[in-house]
Amino acid sequence: MKRKFWMFFSLLTVIAMLLSACGGSKATEAPTAAPSKAEPMKIAFIYIGPPGDLGWTYEHDRARKIVEQKFGDQIAVKYIESVPEGPDAARVIRQYAQQGYKMIFTTSFGYMDPTIEVAQEFPDVYFEHCSGYKTAPNVSTYFGRMYQPRYLAGIVAGNMTKNNNIGYVAAFPIPEVIRGINAFTLGARSVNPDVKVHVVWTNTWYDPVKEREAAVALLDAGADIIAQHQDTTEPQKAAQERGMLSIGYDSDMGKFVGDSVLTSPIWNWAAYYEQTIQNALDGTWKSHQYWGGLKDNVVQLAEFSPKVPQDVRDQVEAAKQKIVSGDWDVFCGPINAQDGSVLVPEGQCMSDGDLLGMKVFVEGVEGTIPQN
Amino acid sequence: MIDLLTSIFVITLRAGTSLTYATVGEIYTERSGILNLGLEGMMLMGAVTSFATSYYTHNLALSLLAAILVGAILAATHAFLTVTMRANQVVSGLSITLFGSGLASFLGERLGPASNNYNLVGMTGSRFSPIVIPGLSQIPVLGAMFEQDILTYALYLLVPLAWFYLYKTRNGLNLRAVGESPQTADAMGIDVVKTRYLYTILGGMLVSLGGAHLSLAYAPGWAENITGGRGWIVIALVIFAMWDPARAPLGAILFGGINAIQFRLQAGGTDIPASYLNMAPYLATILVLIATTWWENLSHRVGAPAALGLAYMREEK
Repeated sequence: MKRKFWMFFSLLTVIAMLLSACGGSKATEAPTAAPSKAEPMKIAFIYIGPPGDLGWTYEHDRARKIVEQKFGDQIAVKYIESVPEGPDAARVIRQYAQQGYKMIFTTSFGYMDPTIEVAQEFPDVYFEHCSGYKTAPNVSTYFGRMYQPRYLAGIVAGNMTKNNNIGYVAAFPIPEVIRGINAFTLGARSVNPDVKVHVVWTNTWYDPVKEREAAVALLDAGADIIAQHQDTTEPQKAAQERGMLSIGYDSDMGKFVGDSVLTSPIWNWAAYYEQTIQNALDGTWKSHQYWGGLKDNVVQLAEFSPKVPQDVRDQVEAAKQKIVSGDWDVFCGPINAQDGSVLVPEGQCMSDGDLLGMKVFVEGVEGTIPQN
Repeated sequence: MIDLLTSIFVITLRAGTSLTYATVGEIYTERSGILNLGLEGMMLMGAVTSFATSYYTHNLALSLLAAILVGAILAATHAFLTVTMRANQVVSGLSITLFGSGLASFLGERLGPASNNYNLVGMTGSRFSPIVIPGLSQIPVLGAMFEQDILTYALYLLVPLAWFYLYKTRNGLNLRAVGESPQTADAMGIDVVKTRYLYTILGGMLVSLGGAHLSLAYAPGWAENITGGRGWIVIALVIFAMWDPARAPLGAILFGGINAIQFRLQAGGTDIPASYLNMAPYLATILVLIATTWWENLSHRVGAPAALGLAYMREEK
């Protein structure tokens, strides 16, 4: 009898531990303004990571705080962090739709299918999916032309490199990342045609140890500036520890790492969120595909490190004006592919369709794109 | 070429350190007949507590102590469930992993300073920096052994000591006897329960130290899931080492080094697709499993504890 009791007890302990472990992701109530006469519109944000990643989710959360401030008691905002992509995402999104949330932002590529799935069940809810390509009458997509500030960051790196070897820690061989590498390389070579950009794939968005190892490998191979397309600051930290420079991404990483981060191409989602939430409040919201650039302010270049000299800042400003004016864009010819063949002839520019499906490197990139 | 080899060796040793600590720890635990699958959770808990301690106190000794303590508590929980309660070792171990990794993420979001929204991510604390030993570090390739941090240097002592204790002392003999045949050991007058508790807890301390090496030396700082599955690799490494602490560093260096090598090959411009190289450690795990099983049948010299995973019940025959 006594043994049975003990077995039951230990089973109970194990179950309790399992249950406590399952409560990984949590919803956090954002501070909401005092209720007003009009019922506030309920808005939810679904995050892939913790806002403390200092990268991707950090920037979405920064924008959330800005719109909360701006719209005050017109809206009531909640967010949920670290929601895994996959079936769990659909459950979480549905839960918010059922609770009367009028507008739901799903902020990772992998939420695409779950968003569409839930949107069909709730035709009155506005869904906004970040970085995907599937839309519906009540589902919009939004993303930014990150390649534009990456081109500007390339100008900085091309000027500041001493041995013309720049390392680039890249996440996955998908068009978004390839586009960024190409734009960065074009920017660097526009001011310094001898620059070589060495690419290492980590095949992860978020693995601090691996991203650091990749950066160290590039530094050992002779790179004196490290650029990256990842969601952590580890490559920046690795470069700083070696006394080398780096270019951040996602957020103003110089603030967290130091002056060795020359600048960072960053997201400024508030520019978009303010506009689309306003449309929803006015009742003028329509399904759309948003791909804003430097002129829309949704992507930016972070403030320069004191290490960046004035003439480099001027060059960046001139290129920025050229892009903002709309006369010219990063992927306007003449551009050669990695193997030396013509990718974009003189006088032509790549269409958005070509940009979104980019699969080859430009001249000056050292590395290969794994073929599926 | 020599420079490249040296730099690969430096990073390989550094990457292998946390794996070696955890492997030696798990070897001791398994030698007593207890299988602990809670490694991943224990390493994460070791990483988060030691980093939090280093952030607030800037005292590295205290940080290591925190990791050791947390490892001991989690391992003691496992020992209590499996030795005293005789619960299934696999289930208990898995729940330690789930519990540990969940709690570590939670603590990472709560232990930080208010200025960072109570988040530990992105903070910097004290860390173990590599100490270059003049002279010795000039030796080609092998000099890499003398450009390491204190925790790695400690391994140069710990590994031979762990081997000596296990094979050359009476306590080590008792430990192996308990893992081999607890009934016989009991008849010899060895306290099976005490032995299993002792070495499960000792193992847990070392595993947790492995996690602390990640957040204090290898990738200083806390990031969610900083171990990235290294706890699971260790379970294969124990088999690779054939339960011999002296072989633990070999496997750890091999597994730790593959990433370092594959990124260097990529940076050097090889055409091998990254996905194949990323696959390599796991492929190697399978090969090692096959090889060790095959070798076991061939020579019976492998040290797999016969009573591994089995609860010992004295009164029921």
